[in-house]
Amino acid sequence: MSENTEPRSAAAPDPDQLPASQATDVEPEPLEDAADFVTSLDTAGGAHQPSAVPVSTQSGALPGAPEEESLLRKIFTGNGIVTILAVLLALILGGLLIAMTDKVVGTTAGYLFARPSDFLIAVWSAATDSYVALFQGAVFNPRGNGVAGQFAPLMETLTIATPLITAGLGVALAFRAGLFNIGAQGQIIMAGILASWVGFALHLPLGIHLLLVLVAGVIGGAVWGGIVGVLKARTGAHEVIVTIMFNYIALYFLRYLLDTDLFQRPGADTPISPIVDPSAAYPLIFGSQYRLHLGFLLAIAATVFVSWLLNRSTLGFEFRAVGANPKAALTAGINVSRATILVMTIAGGLAGLAGVAQVAGTEKVLTDGVAATYGFDAITVALLGRSSPWGTFAAGLLFGAFRAGAVQMQIQTGTPIDIVLVVQSLIVLFIAAPPLVRAIFGLNPRKKKAATAGKTKQAATTGGAA
Amino acid sequence: MSTTATSPVEGKPQPEKNHRPTVSAKPVTWKLPVTLAVLATIAFIFFGLLGPQANAKFGVSSSGDFFQLPAIEVPAFLSGMVLSLILLVLAGYALVLKARANRRPPRWVPAVFTVVFVVAFLIWVVGGARTPSISLAGLIAGSVTLAVPIVFGSLSGVLCERAGVVNIAIEGQLLGGAFTAALVASLTHNPYLGLLAAAVAGALVSVVLAVFSIKYVVNQIIVGVVLNVLVSGLTGFLFTTVMQSDPEKYNSPAELPIIDIPVLSSIPVIGPILFKQSVVGYLMYVAVIVIWVALFKTKWGLRVRAVGEHPQAADTLGIKVNATRFWNVTLGGAVAGIGGSFFTLVAIDSFTKEISGGRGFIALAAMILGRWNPIGAFFAALLFGFADNLQSIVTIIGTPVPSQFMAMLPYVVTVFAVAGLVGRSRPPAADGIPYIKG
Repeated sequence: MSENTEPRSAAAPDPDQLPASQATDVEPEPLEDAADFVTSLDTAGGAHQPSAVPVSTQSGALPGAPEEESLLRKIFTGNGIVTILAVLLALILGGLLIAMTDKVVGTTAGYLFARPSDFLIAVWSAATDSYVALFQGAVFNPRGNGVAGQFAPLMETLTIATPLITAGLGVALAFRAGLFNIGAQGQIIMAGILASWVGFALHLPLGIHLLLVLVAGVIGGAVWGGIVGVLKARTGAHEVIVTIMFNYIALYFLRYLLDTDLFQRPGADTPISPIVDPSAAYPLIFGSQYRLHLGFLLAIAATVFVSWLLNRSTLGFEFRAVGANPKAALTAGINVSRATILVMTIAGGLAGLAGVAQVAGTEKVLTDGVAATYGFDAITVALLGRSSPWGTFAAGLLFGAFRAGAVQMQIQTGTPIDIVLVVQSLIVLFIAAPPLVRAIFGLNPRKKKAATAGKTKQAATTGGAA
Repeated sequence: MSTTATSPVEGKPQPEKNHRPTVSAKPVTWKLPVTLAVLATIAFIFFGLLGPQANAKFGVSSSGDFFQLPAIEVPAFLSGMVLSLILLVLAGYALVLKARANRRPPRWVPAVFTVVFVVAFLIWVVGGARTPSISLAGLIAGSVTLAVPIVFGSLSGVLCERAGVVNIAIEGQLLGGAFTAALVASLTHNPYLGLLAAAVAGALVSVVLAVFSIKYVVNQIIVGVVLNVLVSGLTGFLFTTVMQSDPEKYNSPAELPIIDIPVLSSIPVIGPILFKQSVVGYLMYVAVIVIWVALFKTKWGLRVRAVGEHPQAADTLGIKVNATRFWNVTLGGAVAGIGGSFFTLVAIDSFTKEISGGRGFIALAAMILGRWNPIGAFFAALLFGFADNLQSIVTIIGTPVPSQFMAMLPYVVTVFAVAGLVGRSRPPAADGIPYIKG
């Protein structure tokens, strides 16, 4: 709740710049009327671009929800249950897709009307087998070699989650300032380039070397993100377009570098860099039996940092104010250009941390697949995490588990890894449209008043922005 | 309240105290003259002063042509000097106009500048190569081939965004079209059914975009980004489970025949690109013209643009804003789907994962560079196809420019375009803003 007051005070100085949706936030009562206002003036009839920031984080609980029913309603219609239902729904659809393409299901469908039970059992086992394999590959493998082996999947999940979390934080932070940072991919690549070069070309003492690698990577990502911020602030160029283009520019630059003597490993025919020095690599947290490295602890630290930055610092307040309403923020004396440039720089730096995790932790070399698809997955991670730091952390863990488990699933059941992409994107789609999920599960609040309908609509925008 | 600073219906920009720095009343800036001057200087130094001494040879006719033209052979150094001097003169003209009369240069100046620059660049690249000879006809024909999906994709973007819905999902629509075309054409042994199915698949991807962004008011960029992932995952999954289980049955699509119009197709250079295409290729030219006419010369087009620029005004006049958007987005998806079929029915004879290879994003760039205009987008897409093709040729003939930088070119040009260094591209005013009737 402590978040709630700040954006309001940002909006307060200039109420006529804002449609009443913000202005009414200032007035605590009357509740029902306020809710009506929120309804109709949500985006001022489309005149205002809805902010990319979740409304829930802008103004906390919506005015208009009476106290006594809020708890029950929150449980059944709130974001938490929608998130869980969305994940469930996506898993069900993914399971159906797996079952549809399963051979046994195909055969049993041939005599569906003769013995429907066979068909249903086949559907069930096709889907559950895959998901069980996924779980065993992601969290706990009962057939593992000793306790260490049984928990190896979990360690792998954390390793894969590391770049997802940090890059996701970068995307989430930019979302909160109203910016779509599609460019994590390019920022990871630029960070990877700088970090790996420092890692294999310079030979420095232990400690200093790793620190320099870290700094170089973060700077690489920060500069690449910062340029986008400058272009956005100075020329108004849309950050979505610029970041997409920057992803490709970074990728081709990386491919060029891997073709030069500076980066290509001597004697190698493939575009691959030398291995980074041991002094430049992240130490492994639980010894050499797992790949889990220091990067994961840094990801936790980064989450704490972003959480502090957004919720406790002046700068973070400015970011959120700009994200909520740039015009109001400007009127309130916030330097919008500066905030835009800074937020993109920090976002780039966070994505850069993911790049460092790749070259100094997981991969130890630079290839043109250094960023894999982490930069794009980071967008879905941030969306699933509703752009909150710890939400992003949790979403990063979930998607890390999907990725780690999918490898095992493909080996055990032959279900292609791509199913994970389907499930991930379905989760985000459903989470973005709470009314749809509620309608599917028959949880839509009774539409007895305009206020309730308004809430639904507002939630839709919220989800959309999140 | 004005919608945005760039709204054209606004007439005069109102002096709002907190205007974002956007161009509203078209002030004449130094950006264009200065950019031209910088580019001309670069051209003068690299293409002129440091130009290669060899002769660059351009083959014009191919063996089957109606009549043969001799290959053009130009001294690289001399032509580099002459062309870069022309560039300097053009840039100087723009500078003088700005300095003396505070006027922007006529529209032909940047156009001629671009053409001369590209020619000078081409001569420089070829002249500096190990084997300074390329087939111009082949280069251009290849460019058009590579540009076909990009053109369709950018037309999809134009249709959606003119109605006010941002379409980041072009990549997904192309990929969906490519997959469905391959599957249906394999199963039915009929490429035309494959083409039709591709259009339906593209439209289906679009329907999801439309439903989520219009009905559920989910942010359009988010839906677009997620849809790309979804289609990529779905096609990848079905490719592995279905297509690879029996490639003969599921992934050997019948090809669309190349329709050769006699006599006309033998005209050197333009013959093959205009009169020796597949159905998809001919459809591309038709689509560009039809969409241009429809958008700018018909009542329907006026309504669509009204919805994209000022939905409230359109609504007031009785236009169904969200219905218009829905159908436009769906139509756009169908167009992109047809473009996707080009991959599997014409260019390559089977589907592979990620066959569209990011061309949807290039299409997005082409649409922006073409200023949300079908014809502009067409030429921008051709330019990108040209850069793409030149990139592969450059690797073969061996030139001083690394091929990766050639591949980077479209993206760099787009960044320049959106940053307003070479004339600002302005999106429709209500682009990306959901319309809630209220």
